[in-house]
Amino acid sequence: MSNPQHHRYSKEHEWLSGAEDGVSTVGITEHAANALGDVVFVQLPEVGSTVTAGESCGELESTKSVSELYSPVTGEITAINEDVVDDPSLVNSEPFEGGWLFKIRVTQEPAGLLSAAEYTAFATGEEA
Amino acid sequence: MSSTELRHTALDAVHRALGATMTDFAGWDMPLRYGSERDEHVAVRTKAGLFDLSHMGEITVTGAGAAALLNHALVGNIASVGVGRARYTMICQADGGILDDLIVYRLAETEYMVVANASNAQVVLDALTERAAGFDAEVRDDRDAYALIAVQGPESPGILKSLTDADLDGLKYYAGLPGTVAGVPALIARTGYTGEDGFEVFVKPGHAVELWQALTKAGEGVGLIPCGLSCRDTLRLEAGMPLYGHELTTSLTPFDAGLGRVVKFEKEGDFVGREALRQAAERAASEPPRVLVGLVAEGRRVPRAGYAVVAGGRVVGEVTSGAPSPTLGKPIAMAYVDAAHAAPGTEGVGVDIRGSHEPYEVVALPFYKRQK
Repeated sequence: MSNPQHHRYSKEHEWLSGAEDGVSTVGITEHAANALGDVVFVQLPEVGSTVTAGESCGELESTKSVSELYSPVTGEITAINEDVVDDPSLVNSEPFEGGWLFKIRVTQEPAGLLSAAEYTAFATGEEA
Repeated sequence: MSSTELRHTALDAVHRALGATMTDFAGWDMPLRYGSERDEHVAVRTKAGLFDLSHMGEITVTGAGAAALLNHALVGNIASVGVGRARYTMICQADGGILDDLIVYRLAETEYMVVANASNAQVVLDALTERAAGFDAEVRDDRDAYALIAVQGPESPGILKSLTDADLDGLKYYAGLPGTVAGVPALIARTGYTGEDGFEVFVKPGHAVELWQALTKAGEGVGLIPCGLSCRDTLRLEAGMPLYGHELTTSLTPFDAGLGRVVKFEKEGDFVGREALRQAAERAASEPPRVLVGLVAEGRRVPRAGYAVVAGGRVVGEVTSGAPSPTLGKPIAMAYVDAAHAAPGTEGVGVDIRGSHEPYEVVALPFYKRQK
């Protein structure tokens, strides 16, 4: 499992892309998608709404369970991935590409987001 | 999470080599899935799946009084089961509450194998041991004497035939016979928990890896894949089969669960729970209890065990199992619903999914029935 080098990561297993024009993309990691199993339903925050780092802003439902979706950063939602709403399996098949979840104009970033190497170590430690 | 106390099956190394996601199931470290649980589900419906079910609890009952003991201890007429046949039955408390649902195989005139759910194996063993007092019968814990491998799906007869001389064509559903599979001595049963044709093969743990590998090889050309407990749950749910702890509990009698047919009052002698069950049968006839029904989602949100079934703003039942159905392409659930709302097609029934009332269609069980 390889986590893209240029992203940063939260301990809730979201990834955050670098900002383009102040807007970053958010998704869940391959590690998280594997832990969930087949994702069957995705509920995303509304475009225009404000989300707060570490607070629930949606849910991911898999065959076996429901998980809260958290935003790794605070900001305004500028877009959501309609493709993943229509086909939630993209979260499993392409967590870092076509399975992205939302785009956010970041107003505040919490301390403690992890680098790819730090996240890989964190996720591997969780499996032990 | 400490996994030191978890029990491991004889196939543990095989699961890890296959990259299975493991889960704690009733104290056993079991494969939840190997890849996509949806792909595993579809393989069983269309081709074949291979399962490690070694966590199931085998209890052997032997002796001249074995049949009499089981007739006393269980609600079914076990004495009437022919040698080489199996019977789905239940063990109840004196108050009629269900302790477990079981499959009992009659291996010989005076030898039975009782297969209990992993989560209830100890409870069933204790109850049978206690109820054996005064009977000329021995109850033996054989949980460690067997590994259990299941091959389920339309391709399973062909796969198994290529590895055994046993007369599989003569082996009816709910029958079992001793034989040799891939050179390994085995008890071959035509039973399963998937709604498909299939077999459950009991072998010594020392032979499990050998048998698993032989079956894997035999199924290579026809789409057999290893399958975990996650798809086993969605397969049995589609097939409308109850799961202990969900549709069956000690607070329900078989009549409450719509399975009164497993209770055989006509058998000779007293049996544990007889009087309470007679009353439960009368109650069920005069004022219908909640009925176990199927629910099919109109939307995409999945109902889960414990969620309320609602109608007209009132709670009219409770979901016992729910999952997305790969075969129907929609979420489905089993639920106990008030008789007034249990008829298939009842209007205005929904499930309270974390605060929002989602519409559901009431259907008769099962959701899925294979074409014979």
